Amino acid sequence: MEITLLQSSGFLGFLSQPWHWAVSGAAIALILFLMNWMGRSFGVSMAFKSMCTIAGAGKRFEFFNFNVKDEYWRLAFVGGAVVGGFITSQFLASPDPVAISGSTIAHLKDWNMEYYLTTDEGNGLFNTFWFNFKNVWGIFLALLGGFLVGFGARYGDGCTSGHAISGLANLQLPSLLAVIGFFIGGLLMTWGIFPLIFG
Amino acid sequence: MRIFSFFLVGIAFGIIMTKSEVISWFRIHEMFRFESFHMYGIIGTAVVIGAILIYAMKKIPIKTLDGQVITYTPMKLNITRHLLAGSIFGLGWAITGCCPGPMFVLVGNGFLFALVILFGAVLGTFAYGVVKDKLPH
Repeated sequence: MEITLLQSSGFLGFLSQPWHWAVSGAAIALILFLMNWMGRSFGVSMAFKSMCTIAGAGKRFEFFNFNVKDEYWRLAFVGGAVVGGFITSQFLASPDPVAISGSTIAHLKDWNMEYYLTTDEGNGLFNTFWFNFKNVWGIFLALLGGFLVGFGARYGDGCTSGHAISGLANLQLPSLLAVIGFFIGGLLMTWGIFPLIFG
Repeated sequence: MRIFSFFLVGIAFGIIMTKSEVISWFRIHEMFRFESFHMYGIIGTAVVIGAILIYAMKKIPIKTLDGQVITYTPMKLNITRHLLAGSIFGLGWAITGCCPGPMFVLVGNGFLFALVILFGAVLGTFAYGVVKDKLPH
């Protein structure tokens, strides 16, 4: 209790509480503004392409044959994102688990997933129930899901940051279509495929 | 150095992604089940404020650090491509509960398993580069 009181005092304590969605949304808009002001677009998934090129994919495949130096700024950005995650986990972590809705918790129970057991590790920030190195099924899901994200992001020329935030803020029709697609795929998985596997 | 400023913005991005709980598989799952307003509120607020900021930057205009007026290079509209690609992305987003940004942020938060997801995403990107000429664009 005393620890909680200590943490909730001061600026760090202020930042450590869970953020209201409006605060989070405004903060993301600020990142979009900063990136534009610094003369670059806001987008993450191109970093994967650079990684392919750095690994040597440009020698055999034209798509990866580009000057990675032009993308160093983005690699610095995602490197910063890793550090930002670390700083938050060390100094700004919320004392309480992510407050997901009661109906989601009840539904996860139907899948034999006790939400508050999974929050022992990770406080609800990561699905450690599936995604841990002891779970071969989880490793398969992570590789498959990651593959689809990487493939879809490049095929559609953008991910959530590039289309849902940057593209929509620029009132781009292709981005709206991509975001509609994000939801077609996400809803299909959540309501169509997941229940077949776990239901 | 210029590149260092992008590193700093990246740090802010990592903090925001974590504190907004956007990196949480559970938040994404909840979003696709329509059981919370949280994610819709975040994306909606970011888009509305972002659109106003971008409009203001073009209108005033606020020049970039390079002294240029900001521009957005529009993509060629291809309905099949963007819907199909978006759907593929969405399937993966629902499984992993994270889009590309959070993959990096999760690793920083100490969830080293996210490296597996990240590796999958790099493989997916590579696969696209290999087969891209056979896909409708």
